[in-house]
Amino acid sequence: MSETAIALPDSVDDVAAGLREAGYLPGEATALVSFLATKLGKPVLVEGPAGVGKTELAKALARYLNRTLVRLQCYEGLDEAKALYEWNYRKQLLRIQAESGEAGWQDVQDDIFGEEFLLPRPLMTAIAAAEPVVLLIDEIDKTDQEFEAMLLELLSDFQISIPELGLIQARTQPVVLLTSNNTRELTEALKRRCLYLWLDYPALEHELEIVRLHSPELDATVARKLVEIIGQVRELDLKKPPSIAESIDWARALLLLGAQDIDAETFKQTMSVIVKHRTDLDTVAARVGVKLEPAAAVAADARPAA
Amino acid sequence: MPAPRPTDPATAGSAPGSTPGSAAGSAAGSAQGPGKLYARIPDRAPGGFDGQLLSFAEELREEGMALGTSELLDAFAALEEIHWTRQDDFKGALAATLAKSPDDRRTFELVFERFFFRAAEAEAARQEISEGPATGDQALDLDLEALRQQIAAALREGSEAALRDLARLAIAAFGQAEGSGVLGVDVQRIRRALGLRTDPQPDLPAEDPRREGVPREQLRRFEQHLRRELERDLIERTASLPPKRPLSDLDRALPTGPIQDLAAVHRVVAQLKRRLATQGHEVRGRKRHAHVDVRRTMRASLQSGGVPIELKYRPRRPRRPEIFVLCDVSTSVTSASTFFLSVLHALHDSFRKLRSFVFIERISEVTEVFERERDFRAASEAVSKDAGVADISGYTDYGRVWTEFLALIEDELHPRATVIVLGDARTNGRPPRDDVFAAITARAGRTFWLNPEPRLYWNYGDSVIAAYAEHCTAFECWRTDQLEDFVKALTQPLVV
Repeated sequence: MSETAIALPDSVDDVAAGLREAGYLPGEATALVSFLATKLGKPVLVEGPAGVGKTELAKALARYLNRTLVRLQCYEGLDEAKALYEWNYRKQLLRIQAESGEAGWQDVQDDIFGEEFLLPRPLMTAIAAAEPVVLLIDEIDKTDQEFEAMLLELLSDFQISIPELGLIQARTQPVVLLTSNNTRELTEALKRRCLYLWLDYPALEHELEIVRLHSPELDATVARKLVEIIGQVRELDLKKPPSIAESIDWARALLLLGAQDIDAETFKQTMSVIVKHRTDLDTVAARVGVKLEPAAAVAADARPAA
Repeated sequence: MPAPRPTDPATAGSAPGSTPGSAAGSAAGSAQGPGKLYARIPDRAPGGFDGQLLSFAEELREEGMALGTSELLDAFAALEEIHWTRQDDFKGALAATLAKSPDDRRTFELVFERFFFRAAEAEAARQEISEGPATGDQALDLDLEALRQQIAAALREGSEAALRDLARLAIAAFGQAEGSGVLGVDVQRIRRALGLRTDPQPDLPAEDPRREGVPREQLRRFEQHLRRELERDLIERTASLPPKRPLSDLDRALPTGPIQDLAAVHRVVAQLKRRLATQGHEVRGRKRHAHVDVRRTMRASLQSGGVPIELKYRPRRPRRPEIFVLCDVSTSVTSASTFFLSVLHALHDSFRKLRSFVFIERISEVTEVFERERDFRAASEAVSKDAGVADISGYTDYGRVWTEFLALIEDELHPRATVIVLGDARTNGRPPRDDVFAAITARAGRTFWLNPEPRLYWNYGDSVIAAYAEHCTAFECWRTDQLEDFVKALTQPLVV
């Protein structure tokens, strides 16, 4: 899919520039921690509210370093079989039945426990890859402690021991990113192994840059007003504050509607793009919506006399 | 630690190699020069830069962060990879390896500022470097109105360097004249002189960025800059390092513990969470199995020639709540109730099937509050705001509470349920109604009572814990190790 991975970056600025080229605007801490991760070979634990770009960071890193992205999406109840590897039982059974009778047990055993009967799952793929990869373990706070314990062994030694096959060691050093939405406290041992990065909602100028990157045709003043309003909405006490993804969506929506300014009317119409709960809608309308200028005057002039 | 009074250097006698970074700086600093009679600059740490980092780590540990040697080694390794000349990179590298949660980050920021500011100032004082004072003309030429607007604009943009410079200008303009010597007062005075407020000021002209009020966060940062520059001036003028300010002064958002050390409580509570989670109590629907579904297993086995390789399980039925917690939040237990609320909060984190109530004279369910708010401070604020549990007197009425509780959840108590009561059993002369309490405990599987008073005070005055203790297991719970005992009892497997 991709050519050989590029050499590891030499400085924080290289990483920052590379990520920008890949379409992701990093904060300073982000570029620094990514740089340290490549240099020290330690995994990175990225925490932060939903939608600030944790998964995007992994994708951008993969694009920048020209590596494949191996993604493991965690969920409650994820276990070794789905994450690490699994034997293809059906194929093995068929093989046994096909060979029944002639071969002795030793030969059969060697046959059915070969690599062709092993179904590699994401973690195994990352370890056994010939080219270095970027491994993304998404939403690790949804799993339980057994899974974390299993992951610990993996992250410290980068090797998997399969009883029948032996030890499989990593030939290359993957860049590992773990993301968490902070719904539960991760174990100390896991945190100790990782570098920590906290991604928060960005500052005004930074968010403006991000919005303009994703919707360049949007008018500059509108974009600035958009970002300011989002900032005000975030300061309210909402169930789900709007994230960067929602800022981008709103920018696209405004672009589609051809809005020249964000007045009370436009805001009311497009509010549901950024606010996703019934109670939040009321709060935002009451606290932020009233501060915007009404569109009435403009509309009255534009309408031809009836 | 209190700052030592200036003493005669002959009698002040700590050894030259005293612990670095401590505020009780030895007068051994007087060894630096005959003129420095009252110098209180502590000696530099041994071991050069490594020593400095280790003393920084010690300070972090003092503030309650758990730092292991492996993390320190990571920090050293990380520092080798970056240029130290960029402060953001330096700080970021340390933060990424040492501070691994949002709370830890907050503590780290404060300790970092405090430590390196003090270290830099101490070094400057040792080498007698000082900054020239602003000349009188320079101060007068400042256009005060323009300065105000500039500052407000910089606050909006949020650039740290600009804020720092403008803070110094502001001090030059307003600070020199009537300095009171108390930093906090000076900071507020300058802020008022600049006309910076968070609420909007509509009487200002339209282009003035202060018109709509300055964001609270930015204002706080500007005040921090002001404070820092004022401290710097103070250190220069007096050539001594003032004592370390405790973190809770620097950031009012940090908890100031009513019961012992709240940070210690939080740590134990975090352990409690972990132990509860691993002890087999129902935490989440971990695996979807309860019973093997034979029919579906046999169907799946068709794929593998009749051999059941994969087991299919019957879907799990949602179980009824297993833990009910009642928490007394009246004023007689105010200091304890924060403690109890944090225990509640921890329990909510571990147990999804938990219903919690607070009470004084009436009962009020606060399950939703804890589920909504992950942050403990926000949750306790919400509880105190919304839970309308007090009538006029504000004294606990246990009898009424039991009656209400029983009426409310009579149908939900079952032999696998656990009821936990957090309170001091002081009924203020009202009937204890232990018969109703007995009815509750009879229905529930286990009942625990956590009393924040030492056992010595039980049954003195209006405490009727003895009557309740007949029907439940009572624990005294005013120290963190007692909380651990309770956790052990709670997590023992329930024999039904």
